[in-house]
Amino acid sequence: MRKNKLSNAIILVGLAILFILAPLLYPNQSVPFQMMAYMALAQGINLLYGFTGYLPFGYVGFFGSGAYGVSVLVLLLHWSVIPAVIGGGLVAVAVALLLSPLLRLSGAYFSIGSLAASEIVYYIVSNPNMQNITQGPYGVNLAGVYAPNTSYYAMLVILLIFTAVVMYVKNSTFGMSLLAIKEDPVSAAMCGVNVVRNRVVIWLASAFAAGLAGAVYGWYVSVFYPSSVFDLTISIFAIVFTLFGGGGTVLGPIVGTIVLYGLYNTIGVSSPQYFQLIYGLLIVVLVMFLPQGLTSLLKRRGINVP
Amino acid sequence: MSHDALLNVSQVVKRFGGFTALNGVSLSLNRGEILGLVGPNGSGKTTCINVISGLYAPDGGDVSFHGRSLVHVPMFRRALLGINRTFQIPKPFKALTVRENVEVAGAYVGQRKRVVDDPVDFVGLAAFADASASSLTSGQQKMLDLARALSTGPELLLVDELAAGLNPQELDAVAKKLTFLASQGVAMIVVEHLLGFVNQLTQHVIVMNEGREIFEGALSAAAKDPQVTAVYLGQSEVSVRDGRQ
Ligand SMILES: Nc1ncnc2c1ncn2[C@@H]1O[C@H](COP(=O)(O)OP(=O)(O)OP(=O)(O)O)[C@@H](O)[C@H]1O
Ligand SMILES: [Mg+2]
Repeated sequence: MRKNKLSNAIILVGLAILFILAPLLYPNQSVPFQMMAYMALAQGINLLYGFTGYLPFGYVGFFGSGAYGVSVLVLLLHWSVIPAVIGGGLVAVAVALLLSPLLRLSGAYFSIGSLAASEIVYYIVSNPNMQNITQGPYGVNLAGVYAPNTSYYAMLVILLIFTAVVMYVKNSTFGMSLLAIKEDPVSAAMCGVNVVRNRVVIWLASAFAAGLAGAVYGWYVSVFYPSSVFDLTISIFAIVFTLFGGGGTVLGPIVGTIVLYGLYNTIGVSSPQYFQLIYGLLIVVLVMFLPQGLTSLLKRRGINVP
Repeated sequence: MSHDALLNVSQVVKRFGGFTALNGVSLSLNRGEILGLVGPNGSGKTTCINVISGLYAPDGGDVSFHGRSLVHVPMFRRALLGINRTFQIPKPFKALTVRENVEVAGAYVGQRKRVVDDPVDFVGLAAFADASASSLTSGQQKMLDLARALSTGPELLLVDELAAGLNPQELDAVAKKLTFLASQGVAMIVVEHLLGFVNQLTQHVIVMNEGREIFEGALSAAAKDPQVTAVYLGQSEVSVRDGRQ
């Protein structure tokens, strides 16, 4: 337990240093910003997938809900931006609460159900009839609160918070109950675990992570469209990063995002044709040889992965 | 039917589609009492345990515990109230170790008083405490089910074919453990095909057939009951001694 505390502290401090230094060393601040956003999303997926086995293809729906939540609260209700960001996160939680019956589905049915649900949210937000509220498909402009540096650090805070949440869940009886539910819900119930409630709690926590990340993303870029914040590529990237690094661990989503998003930015932008090839190969190799993710290499050697 | 009984099952009906698996089953059980529930395959024994533990909602009748109806009480809350069980096909958390399996159960039951301090040791799995549950034999997994149930401090323990596949010495040891639990006040329903094993535990049995009780009384009398012998497929007498059909 003490060992865990130390390695957890090192991870949090390491992340903070990495992303405080990155804009000083790297010419383009938006690259480390996006990396943080993906890392926060990957930790959010990790909360759900890593501990319950539910894989939400439609995860981006919460990200988009958060981005549009902040825009409505700022533009229509004239909230100041920090409360609006938190409000944006809560909008995603409210959407997740409405969608919680999805948890009755399992396996691929859940994944596809969540995908369909996020498409529905997307169509509602982008509907031209919603122009008075969301500006429909025409996008929103938050230029009035534009603050790239503040929002950069806000994303860092969100990343650190949700990394800490994963640490908590991993070492708590709550997390143990989720793993028990994942293994066998009937046995978990006979152990006194409130299966339905615990599943809903982690589902909402996971949605909150994406909602806050989306809200800060919207604030950072300040101009965005439904098609950009509900882009399924965001779901796919975050899921692949999580799986690549290894779900159910603190480090997996961090490592997965650094490696794959790093690769995306080095090769992906300059020579996209090779990038697709290398990306595809990496994922195939991973699925075939390391289905538990990169961190499982260490686990196999008997090293305890935080 | 006594009102101060620990468990009262009255006129329970359970249907699966058009098929009636339980057709008006009633029983009651006091603190520290062991009831043997026997009957041929498919007679409804496991279904009965599933209804009492809350896995299935009955289509009719009532189950009450300490005089309060359980009809709307979900499974996990029944565990917290002191009802627990083992499974005919054992259901351990395979990715967890033996000790972790028991810890999960212990973590949620709060202040319930346990009759055994170390359930893993009690069921004879101490040597496997750090082994993965998936590495256990099926017989050991059943013992792990029992250990997990005991770590919740049950007042009512539902045991579904714990003895299947055990050798005679192991059977003896398990019978002693269950008898000890009863002496500490744990009430038990023991579903079992091995009548010799039931005979070591209790004389009070209910024989089921096709979802109904066809006999309730002493095991020795059951063996001579014509209805009971008839359902045991042509056997003129149910052998109490070794119990193997
Ligand atoms: N979930 C279910 N869906 C449909 N039918 C079921 C279900 N559970 C049990 N049954 C049916 O109900 C009947 C009683 O089953 P049950 O498992 O209670 O028998 P049992 O007395 O425990 O038998 P065994 O000695 O073989 O374990 C069987 O015909 C079985 O097929
Ligand atoms: Mg059965």
